[in-house]
Amino acid sequence: MEDLDKELSEHVPEFKDNAESEGEGGAFGGVSKVIATAHTHGWKQAAGVIGVAIVVIGLAEILIRVLNVPEFVLPTPSAIVVALFESINSIYPHFLYTLLELVAGYVIGAAIGMIFAAVLTQFPYFETIVTPYIILLITTPTIALVPLLMMRLGFTIWPRIIAVALASGPMVMINSMTGFRRADMPKIALARSYGATTFQIFLKIRFPLALPMVNVGLLVGGIFGLITAVGADMVGGDMGLGNRLSYYSSLGRMAEFFGVIILVALIGISIWIGVSRINKKWASWTG
Amino acid sequence: MNIQIDVKNASKTYHSERGEVEAIRDFSMEVAEGDFVAIVGPSGCGKTTLLWGLTGLHPFSGGSAKILGDEVGKPRQDVGIIFQQANLLPWRTLIDNIHFPLEIMGEDVTQYEQRVHDLLQTVGLVGFEDNMPNELSGGMQQRASIVRALSVDPKVLLMDEPFGALDAYTRDEMDALLLSIWNKTKKTIAFVTHRIEEAVYLADRVYVMTPRPAVNAKTFTIDLPRPRPEGTMMTQDFFNIVATIKQSISDEVKKQKQSGEYQTEKYSTAF
Ligand SMILES: Nc1ncnc2c1ncn2[C@@H]1O[C@H](COP(=O)(O)OP(=O)(O)OP(=O)(O)O)[C@@H](O)[C@H]1O
Ligand SMILES: [Mg+2]
Repeated sequence: MEDLDKELSEHVPEFKDNAESEGEGGAFGGVSKVIATAHTHGWKQAAGVIGVAIVVIGLAEILIRVLNVPEFVLPTPSAIVVALFESINSIYPHFLYTLLELVAGYVIGAAIGMIFAAVLTQFPYFETIVTPYIILLITTPTIALVPLLMMRLGFTIWPRIIAVALASGPMVMINSMTGFRRADMPKIALARSYGATTFQIFLKIRFPLALPMVNVGLLVGGIFGLITAVGADMVGGDMGLGNRLSYYSSLGRMAEFFGVIILVALIGISIWIGVSRINKKWASWTG
Repeated sequence: MNIQIDVKNASKTYHSERGEVEAIRDFSMEVAEGDFVAIVGPSGCGKTTLLWGLTGLHPFSGGSAKILGDEVGKPRQDVGIIFQQANLLPWRTLIDNIHFPLEIMGEDVTQYEQRVHDLLQTVGLVGFEDNMPNELSGGMQQRASIVRALSVDPKVLLMDEPFGALDAYTRDEMDALLLSIWNKTKKTIAFVTHRIEEAVYLADRVYVMTPRPAVNAKTFTIDLPRPRPEGTMMTQDFFNIVATIKQSISDEVKKQKQSGEYQTEKYSTAF
């Protein structure tokens, strides 16, 4: 990729402005590598991962019992599972609530982030103006805004959805921008030479070219959104998994507490698997 | 005689931050239907610039250029371009890459099935339809890009050092393949290369460009008999023609240097 860009800038330097060879994008390079290779080892990897889990969980179970650790400090894995099953009916609405705020906020944030990225990269001047604000949004934990939002919008789901969107959107946007900036001019020229429209070029060249980086944004943005959703639940109101975490810890019901953490982790893992699927299906050409 | 590529006094000056670069000056060329011409010149002399000018994607700054009777400028489907790199889309399988132009043009792919299959057969890519580009060798990728260009049955083919990135052995093979395709289809081809041997082997006529600014120093008609088997490159006639052209290029460079016209590669360190 880089070679090609370099070659190109030698041969047709007029294109150099756009043909930035940004690699896989700095800090998130590792992430995109992991996404790209997540499925390459198949069942052997799965067996290994499950094996490790069994060993670790088993050891924890034995150690906690042998050392007689009190349940309000650290419950045994079996106690956690039992508690989760017993309380699942009362936890379930909270799970749905958090899932809803996450999905709604994430879909809104990611969609706006992607659209902004696609459009903004077409106008380098505006891009340079907007980028600092995006970085500001990323570096400011949006969770800090939740009390303010709740004050104005009440302890409803809306301030949480907004917070999730504000946490995930800019993350998706900044990574997607790196992707959309990758204008591979010979490929665009190829399309244009057959009379492709701007929209066709976007759909068939720019977007697929950007997709690996968009996926990095989707993954990191999703995890950011999850953190924000759970955190927002803790701030106020009486719904959501974050609320359950505060509730159970204040009562010292640590088995249920850890059970809720498992549910949060499951959501996180689903985000990971979802993005990996997208990546495998449409962006497996990288790496 | 039906002139399909008609370039008259074309020139191109690039304006960049580092100043103006006159890449081409007063280049003229006429290519009749079914002709195979080659354009040779040293690296950086303006060959790619010339070809991009012909595609209309990077217009000339002076002179006129017509393809199939029309002023170049608009994208057109009866002109195929083959780039210096194979330029396949890495997220598409080989067959989907070949269908790319058809897709853009809104054509019904199934109507081209037979044609595409025949082309794949010709270049020896049958059985690789579902491979991703990164699973193909450089030669196979470039063959695929030839099939992609030919699939829409263009009248004119513009090729920019298509085999430049390949090893010498594969390159000779590809040259022979290209000739056999041309023998069958009689497309009009303008082929850019910096290898004089390749130009002489392939073309009816060789245009020699001087170093920047590229002017058309000389044109050589190659009357080696056709068809030309690969052994052609071993014949005495072939060597003689190549030697003549090389001699004339070095004479030209000397002449330019004396008259102070010759611009050294100022930017070579910048890239
Ligand atoms: N956009 C540009 N801005 C400034 N100078 C340019 C630009 N594009 C090309 N040039 C200059 O024009 C000259 C001709 O470039 P061109 O790419 O056409 O050469 P070439 O003959 O195709 O070389 P090669 O054999 O290496 O492919 C070069 O000296 C190059 O530096
Ligand atoms: Mg070139």
